[in-house]
Amino acid sequence: MDALVAQLQMQYRNYTVSLYQQGFLDDQFTELKKLQDDASPDFVAEVLSLFFEDCVKLIGNMARALDQTGTVDFSQVGASVHQLKGSSSSVGAKRVKGLCITFKEYCEANNYEGCVRCLQQVDIEFKALQTKLQDMFNLEKQIIQAGGKVPQVDIN
Amino acid sequence: MGMAAAEWKFHVLAVDDSLVDRKLIERLLQKSSCQVTTVDSGYKALEFLGLRQGIESNDPTALSTSPQEVEVNLIITDYCMPGMTGYDLLKKLKESSVFKNIPVVIMSSENVPARISRCLEEGAEEFFLKPVRLADLNKLKPHMMRTKLKNQKLEEIENGTEAVEPEIKGSEDMGIKILPLQSELEPKQVHLQVVKQEEETLSNNKRKSMEEGLSTDRPLPRLEGGIATAV
Repeated sequence: MDALVAQLQMQYRNYTVSLYQQGFLDDQFTELKKLQDDASPDFVAEVLSLFFEDCVKLIGNMARALDQTGTVDFSQVGASVHQLKGSSSSVGAKRVKGLCITFKEYCEANNYEGCVRCLQQVDIEFKALQTKLQDMFNLEKQIIQAGGKVPQVDIN
Repeated sequence: MGMAAAEWKFHVLAVDDSLVDRKLIERLLQKSSCQVTTVDSGYKALEFLGLRQGIESNDPTALSTSPQEVEVNLIITDYCMPGMTGYDLLKKLKESSVFKNIPVVIMSSENVPARISRCLEEGAEEFFLKPVRLADLNKLKPHMMRTKLKNQKLEEIENGTEAVEPEIKGSEDMGIKILPLQSELEPKQVHLQVVKQEEETLSNNKRKSMEEGLSTDRPLPRLEGGIATAV
């Protein structure tokens, strides 16, 4: 069992590091992990879950605002982008946050094509992150089930 | 002897329209050994404070009927909120004779110097850039201590049990500990401790226990050359 645990732990470490290296996560995600403890053992998963729900809701708002026949209310789109930027920043979703910054600029410039492109990208990006994190959480579960502890991963 | 360390659980009211941020600030504050109440708007914040205050102003010696009523030691609010902004909330609080002494901290995702200085001028104690981190919350401990000690002082004056020494000494003298980050403590336990403590404090036992606590700390008069000098 120890060999399995060690292998899983190494897999987990490598996977986590790659998420940071590929820009999916930034150090705010590390901060979230610091807040997880015995009193709140699923904190990270819970916050991320709320974040992804937020993504669905806000992207829906943006899509509706951009789908107006006639004049688009870019300030309405921008308001949702602002909120998404905020929550992605709070959970360390680096790529999503970066996209929101670009998206916000397009809103301010009333650039319809730019906004539509960003909307598509944000949708792809949050779903990609969701999949990656699900894989990461699954690895954690496997380690625990194999009788091991989830290692603290040092990013740097 | 002073009170046990458990009652120094600061109650923070956190205001943010973002669910993600509410969850985050709640955990940050719990991790910093605070009791937390979160609301999603400035209106709800005022409502929460007003409900409490209504009971107190009607009959200050009455036992609170609801054990959930706890004093608020600090308010931390997001700046950008629909309807009432954090700045609007700050103004309302500072305009109120009842609430103006509760320290207020503003959080914002945007680093706008004009905004920051406006909030500080209006009386905000601190301005935190989001995302807020554990290290930021350590800055709040002195503010919360000040409020707790001030309230205690006011009680002493009211009861005529004011210590001879007017200066509030260092925390060691009064048996107060600045709480370090306590990760061992279950949040539920914390809440129960506070509720329990507050049930006591809202009754007359509070005054009694405070008198008892203070009398042992009050400096004894010194005898110098046959003349008793109050220190």
